[in-house]
Amino acid sequence: MSIIAYLLPAALGLGFIGLLAFLWSLRAGQYEDLDGAAVRALLDREPLPDTDGDKN
Amino acid sequence: MMDDEILAEAPSTSAKCCKSKQAVSPSAVSGPPVVQSPPAQTPHLDPATDPTAYVKQVDGGFELHLIVDNLTCPGCVPKIEDALAVVPGIGTARVNLSLGRLKVTWSDPAFDPRVVGETLTRIGYRTIPYNAAVLDRLTDDQDRRLLRALAVAGFAAANIMLLSVSVWSGNVTDMGPATRTLFHWISALIALPTVVYSGQPFYRSAWSALRAGRLNMDVPISLAVLLATSASVMESVLSGRYAYFDAAVGLLFFLLIGRYLDHRMRARATSVGSNLLALKAVAATVITPDGRRTALPADQLRLGMIVAVVPGDRIPADGTVARGRSDVDASLITGESTPVAVAPGDTVYAGTLCLSGPLEITVDRADRNTLLAQIVALMENAGQAKARYTRLADRMARIYAPTVHVLAASTFVGWLIFDSGGWHPALMNAIAVLIITCPCALGLAVPMVQAVATGRLLRSGVLVKSGDALERLSEIDTVVLDKTGTLTLGRPELVNRDDLAAEDMALASCIAQGTRHPLAQALVRAVPPAGPAPDMREEPGLGLAASIDGAEVRLGNRAWCGVAIDPESDAVDSELWLKRPNAAPVQFRFRDRLRPDAAAAVNAFRARGLAVEMLSGDRIPVVTAMAKELGITEFTAAARPQHKVARLQTLAARGRKVLMIGDGLNDAPALASAYVSISPALASDISQIAADLIFRGERLGSVVEAIDTARRARARIFENFGMSLVYNVLAVPIAVAGWVTPLIAALAMSGSSIAVTLNALRLARRGPERAP
Repeated sequence: MSIIAYLLPAALGLGFIGLLAFLWSLRAGQYEDLDGAAVRALLDREPLPDTDGDKN
Repeated sequence: MMDDEILAEAPSTSAKCCKSKQAVSPSAVSGPPVVQSPPAQTPHLDPATDPTAYVKQVDGGFELHLIVDNLTCPGCVPKIEDALAVVPGIGTARVNLSLGRLKVTWSDPAFDPRVVGETLTRIGYRTIPYNAAVLDRLTDDQDRRLLRALAVAGFAAANIMLLSVSVWSGNVTDMGPATRTLFHWISALIALPTVVYSGQPFYRSAWSALRAGRLNMDVPISLAVLLATSASVMESVLSGRYAYFDAAVGLLFFLLIGRYLDHRMRARATSVGSNLLALKAVAATVITPDGRRTALPADQLRLGMIVAVVPGDRIPADGTVARGRSDVDASLITGESTPVAVAPGDTVYAGTLCLSGPLEITVDRADRNTLLAQIVALMENAGQAKARYTRLADRMARIYAPTVHVLAASTFVGWLIFDSGGWHPALMNAIAVLIITCPCALGLAVPMVQAVATGRLLRSGVLVKSGDALERLSEIDTVVLDKTGTLTLGRPELVNRDDLAAEDMALASCIAQGTRHPLAQALVRAVPPAGPAPDMREEPGLGLAASIDGAEVRLGNRAWCGVAIDPESDAVDSELWLKRPNAAPVQFRFRDRLRPDAAAAVNAFRARGLAVEMLSGDRIPVVTAMAKELGITEFTAAARPQHKVARLQTLAARGRKVLMIGDGLNDAPALASAYVSISPALASDISQIAADLIFRGERLGSVVEAIDTARRARARIFENFGMSLVYNVLAVPIAVAGWVTPLIAALAMSGSSIAVTLNALRLARRGPERAP
């Protein structure tokens, strides 16, 4: 059973990393314009530098 | 107070009732608008696009938010951004396609923000600066806060479930009490911060309800979460068998999904509303006493100021014309788009569109006192009845919350009295009742269905503007339609093409290019001009005079072309005349056409058991003819705005629930006072603000579809309520009897939530009658 001493922290840690990644993406404004993001994926050009999470 | 007299004066009874919304219609903006630069006007000092007053200073630079009026296609994103990227001085330009807005930032204080509007006008987009004050008021972080709470709850729920499953399987295998307690403690470690953080939206709402002496759905939810968590901590301390951490956190997770969906739907509705409201946030060009021209936000205009207006602009305030002559499109005020000619001394109203010549206007009434603002106020008053509507979920909550409390309390008391185990099993069973009855399914049932329904409608071009609009739409029994712009397209079309010589049409169309007059534009639409516009002058209120090969050719009304005015005329059509030297004048007749599926839509309303009625401001013979054509027996002609409201109130007093469909400003009070209302996307701004739903495109069929979807959504909501009820009837006795374990609670909770979600998703499937 001592295996859970490794497995539990590992599982929780991975989950926590996922949570942090989500919170970062939220802060970075990646959910501000979902329709636009769908379109931008198809644009054939350099990505814009501006991805700061300003409101609107 | 609305100025009744002015509305009453409005010539809403005319055969030439045709509303071409020039400034907003896509046809007018898709090509670069003709910028006629009048004398004494610096070329780019164009109030409609002068955003200087709305620039927001942020750290390290300046920021400007613009609404892009016709931002519809995905291709617009690179087109706009690339066009602005090459403009020197601009730091970043980023389009938000979801909101239809553009954000431009720059750092050089010398940069002239008017360049932005100009650049976009050149590639065919109309922009309206977004008022920063309005923006700040409307931007709340609630959306993000909910999403963060949801993410944390989701993480916690998944991991606690991982541990809980181990504990549950440990109950039937060989897990020792020590391992179980360890797992409980790890769960507690995850659950406690989550309950504190993610539960806040519920605690806050519950607390404010309690302080006001009311009960809402959040009271039992908060109680269940907090009690379950603290009892579970206690169980962990005592190395007990059952802990409800997974139930408490799972509850938060499911309910936050519902809360988030609901919030997002409202936010979308608000964003539509705020884009419309910002249309008023247009700057005015003020002429100072020393002759300079400066831009000022329209709400800072003061009495006596002189404002310059160029063709193509909306007049920013009510006032008197001081200098200049022009045709004015007053359709926003009167619903009548045959332009009115104005000359010095005439009164003009805010929101009307200057068409043909530059004007200087002395401001008589500004901002809150303008006729437009007063109509908005009237509309808001009329709409208060709607605010009293109680949503289905709230009605359920009123029965639900007290029932749950009584059940839980009596379980506690019952176990205390009839069981010898003391307070501990009594408390645990009371908590089980709270958890089992918790409105997971209920909290998801309504928002889920509404989110799916609004999403589906959005795809078919119907915008739902208020949260409860669909609920109200599903209850209607009467449809009241406006005529012009609603049953018809609100756009004049050339009807006597077959009687005309091709040569005349080509010549007239060539000349017609030179003006924004709606009839001339109808002519240009019907007969694409073959060449450039000749030299010409425009005589406001009369017509155009072009010199071709040294001879004067005139295009305009009867008086302009020397045709006798026939007082007996009962003509239904609008007309333009073309007069060439040494030739008889030629008549062009225009008529507003029915929407292609108007008759089908009226029949569809009837087939759904709805009474159909027509309320029009147009003349009796015109309305009668159209009613006969569509088979409508109930109709009122020559109705003024106040008549329309009165008629709707009469219907409401008889207990009828009316859907009003209308587009003009003269319909706005009626739209606001109806049980629920729909407006076409080309309607006047005010009407779109007043209406609960907006439909795009030429087909009235979208309205029928909206009604169908609303009715189906209502059916789904009731099915979901039914399922929750059945589930509660089965589960509550088990909980009261004390047989519920955390495993059963988790199964019941997830099971019912998944069931209602799947049921809601059925709505997304295309209905059989809508096969493409």
